Amino acid sequence: MALCTGANQTEPLSQNHDLVPDWTAHEVRTGTTIMAVEFDGGVVMGADSRTTTGAYIANRVTDKLTPIHDRIFCCRSGSAADTQAIADVVAYQLDLHSIVMNEPPQVKTAANLFRRFCYRYREELMAGIIVAGWDKRGGGQVFTVPIGGMLVRQPVAVGGSGSSYIYGFVDENFKPGMSKEECLCFTGKALALAMERDGSSGGVARLAAITEAGLERSVILGNQLPTFSSS
Amino acid sequence: MSLSYVLEPPASGFSFENSTRNAIVENSLGNGNVKTPSPLKTGTTIAGVVYKDGVVLGADTRATSSEVVADKMCAKIHYIAPNIYCCGAGTAADTEKTTEMLSSNLAIFSMNSGRNPRLVMAANILQDILFRHKGQIGAHLILGGVDCTGSHLYTVGPYGSMDKMPYLAMGSGDLAAMGILEDGFKLNMELADAKTLVRDAIHAGIMSDLGSGNNIDICVISRKGVDYIRPFQESQFNDKRQRKYKYKAGTTPVLSETIVPLKLDLVEETVQLMETA
Repeated sequence: MALCTGANQTEPLSQNHDLVPDWTAHEVRTGTTIMAVEFDGGVVMGADSRTTTGAYIANRVTDKLTPIHDRIFCCRSGSAADTQAIADVVAYQLDLHSIVMNEPPQVKTAANLFRRFCYRYREELMAGIIVAGWDKRGGGQVFTVPIGGMLVRQPVAVGGSGSSYIYGFVDENFKPGMSKEECLCFTGKALALAMERDGSSGGVARLAAITEAGLERSVILGNQLPTFSSS
Repeated sequence: MSLSYVLEPPASGFSFENSTRNAIVENSLGNGNVKTPSPLKTGTTIAGVVYKDGVVLGADTRATSSEVVADKMCAKIHYIAPNIYCCGAGTAADTEKTTEMLSSNLAIFSMNSGRNPRLVMAANILQDILFRHKGQIGAHLILGGVDCTGSHLYTVGPYGSMDKMPYLAMGSGDLAAMGILEDGFKLNMELADAKTLVRDAIHAGIMSDLGSGNNIDICVISRKGVDYIRPFQESQFNDKRQRKYKYKAGTTPVLSETIVPLKLDLVEETVQLMETA
């Protein structure tokens, strides 16, 4: 008796069922704030930790900074299922490529793999991804692959629903030539501001600094986030 | 003489031919009065907790068909592997079949490689199946178990999203259960505390959600083995049957009896030798 209703992906079976709450019909989204900054010698990436299904927070401690290779990470925003699947596919393709080339992969290769996948399946996917990392030839690089499958390299990239609230802050406070610690502080403040204003962003702020030497991950807990005069 | 039809072998995988038909029927033909029938859902509370030595999974036992309780003792904790069990919420058939498919896959893997399956592998296979079907399989699953890398708890959603957390609740009663888990969870709990916490979480789901009820099942998975306690706690509202529905032999009187022997003739006999090499 299990008929499927309609071809619309976001409205599956439980439309009129009182016993099952409405949010079970919604897809899991990372309504998000993600950010990445280049500095001389590497990149700093940051993300909030909230995953929502409708109005319910399905995971309040999500890790949206996903490793693609040893020195290349991606920040995921959009549909949780889509971005997890894309990251798995690209990680596999990049691993194979790196074995074939017999050297660590370049960040722009990873970014291009993401772009190819996101552009080809743009109608079916809902994914906004920031790819960042370090490689020997280009140093620290940040690429943004928003919904639709564009690819653009930027010194600082923000994404997700919370990014709208921090464009002004980022434009005003980003300076080329910052150090790693300054970048971490800048990213932490930007995420805190976005999490304060955007309902779909929150939880803890996860940061990662990627350099030639390796990877340093840190977490700023909710009560340790910087506070601002208006709050 | 040409055939008036062509015999087509059935295509593998899901057939979505009726989806567009259903959409048309619901939207235009019936003027909004016609609703396609909805499948049996387990309005459910399921929960899982990682404790010191392993994982405790819990579930209620009610399966509903709209407002009627279809099964009062439904088993929602499914066997996947000797060290892995999976709780399922959502469409009953989907959770049943998906977990069975996962179990078969892991059994074949175990036989091929001689290794015990790991939780990450189970979670990846589930994610793969559910993502490929784009949300049409209504299975919200909590996967838990112990393997050589430790104790793990995963949740996989119907669209293929996966989360790994130390405590989880899913199903229609999960808001109530999550409240109890958020309040009572501590890292490295003892077994007794973990069982009490999961029982309390499922109980909260049963009390606050109409789609969950009846008994509570608990499954404890640790390195030493699995303890599937079904039921862990019986519902205090269980009714006693007022009368028996079995009739005594002789209740229906036999008026007359006719026996017609069938005459069978041996038409053909063939012997096929078996290859016993």
